[in-house]
Amino acid sequence: MKPFDSRQCKLLAARELSPGIFDFTVSCPELAALAAPGQFAQILVPGHTLRRPISICSIGRETLRFVFQVRGEGTEKLSRYRPGDDIDILAPLGKGFPIDPNKRTLLVGGGIGVPPLLGVAEALGGNAVAVLGFRNRDLVILEEDFKNTGAKVLIATDDGSYGHKGLVTDLATGEDFQVLMACGPGPMLRGAGALAGERGVPGYLSLEQRMACGVGACLGCAVALTDGEGREYFGHVCKDGPVFPMDRLKEV
Amino acid sequence: MEKNNKLSVNIAGVEFNNPIIAASGTFGFGREYGELYPLSELGGISCKGTTLKERPGNPPPRVTETPGGMLNAVGLQNPGVEHFINEDLPWLSKQGTRIIANIAGSTVEDYCRTAELLNGTAVDMVELNISCPNVKEGGVQFGVTAEGVEGITRAVRERCKKPLMVKLSPNVTDITEMAIAAESGGADALSLINTLTGMRIDINSRRPIIRNNTGGLSGPAVLPVAIRMVWQVCNKVKLPVVGLGGISTWQDAVEMLLAGAVAIQVGTAIFTDPYAPIKIRDGLLEFMDKKGVKSVSELTGGVRPW
Repeated sequence: MKPFDSRQCKLLAARELSPGIFDFTVSCPELAALAAPGQFAQILVPGHTLRRPISICSIGRETLRFVFQVRGEGTEKLSRYRPGDDIDILAPLGKGFPIDPNKRTLLVGGGIGVPPLLGVAEALGGNAVAVLGFRNRDLVILEEDFKNTGAKVLIATDDGSYGHKGLVTDLATGEDFQVLMACGPGPMLRGAGALAGERGVPGYLSLEQRMACGVGACLGCAVALTDGEGREYFGHVCKDGPVFPMDRLKEV
Repeated sequence: MEKNNKLSVNIAGVEFNNPIIAASGTFGFGREYGELYPLSELGGISCKGTTLKERPGNPPPRVTETPGGMLNAVGLQNPGVEHFINEDLPWLSKQGTRIIANIAGSTVEDYCRTAELLNGTAVDMVELNISCPNVKEGGVQFGVTAEGVEGITRAVRERCKKPLMVKLSPNVTDITEMAIAAESGGADALSLINTLTGMRIDINSRRPIIRNNTGGLSGPAVLPVAIRMVWQVCNKVKLPVVGLGGISTWQDAVEMLLAGAVAIQVGTAIFTDPYAPIKIRDGLLEFMDKKGVKSVSELTGGVRPW
């Protein structure tokens, strides 16, 4: 069986969750059967040379859900797709989060880094605390979805217009967890990494980088790694990641 | 795919089942796309550029999209030729496709040593990469003057026992001079074009998008340049020419053959569609059948210039 493949996938549902953030559910039984939380897809936008790498938000029995942000021309065109349209998807790609439902897991998400953690919360069957950060109230997404997994959900906003005013990592004070998984902007990942270090638990961070092939062939999406013996080298977000054990990263 | 004689081509004594070759740097050492289809579907694979010693490559970002294409400055990241020979070649040589080792280096001696190490191996052909624009000492210094091209071709030719294909840079005033120089130096074949040096700048940060500042432009945007250069070169040299640069459809491939190429390489199009090489092969065959073309070599050089 192929570990990934490209397929024409029917868009089943599409809506705008918050300004510029879109929620797509596509029908793709073969790809969904292969997918694991934290992996990603390379989505073709006709007329564009490079596919758009978009994280898998949630994995259904025969569907994949993608929540993505309009960042440029390609994602803008993608956002205009309507239910019934076919989308060319290459998936699932990369290494996802190492999920152990027996371990209480802290999920740290920021902004458009929140969606890939939903699939993790679902796979953990509720044995998770999700601390999710957004710029303001209008940009809060997926709160109900996280609650529906049974996870404890705490929200922070930069301006305090919803939930805690401040950093997501503040919300973890007093929470017990055995492993930390994070996805979001660089400063948030640094904070999450520091938190895992303080608590002495393993941390896994999901990264992004400008990418071409998505499968490990072109070596475009380099990330500086260390091998544990002090040797530094360039690994690749698409194949070695996007999820990395934080002690393998040279810097966050 | 069973052997189809209509599509088979001979390049410098090496028989290829079909004229579709994966271009260096876009296909790794075959393992990733080998998950999607048997590599025997391809005529050959030009492997990721390899050097005498391991190279770390450039810091990121290394790639960015451009209208009709992309820029890259990967910087020849590779594990070194011995790793290629010991870890990748044993597997690759069992895949039923032709293997082209693409070699690069900083000095003439690097190139010669790398080529020598490949002499006793299963590699079918060596592609001399004197056109990588993304590393200071990645060989392009040999590829932009006629003396440089002839000198390095001759030096490697003396120590390389495999058929030798020289990959030319388009970043020159007159590519035909480089082609003639490679022919004089003893090349068995030519491949062209490598990427065109380009640059993009983020208007907010004022930083070049590629960490290397400049990168190599590839993709559909460069196709007309590649067609023109292959046509000009084929009018000046007798060597077989493998055409590449922006080929993404079977129609592009036919154009390239008509311009004079005996075979083509597909690169960036694989990022858009991993199955592009197979679709190009199938489209080419269908076109030939429709037009009553019995051998792909009948298309080579078939352009009727005004």
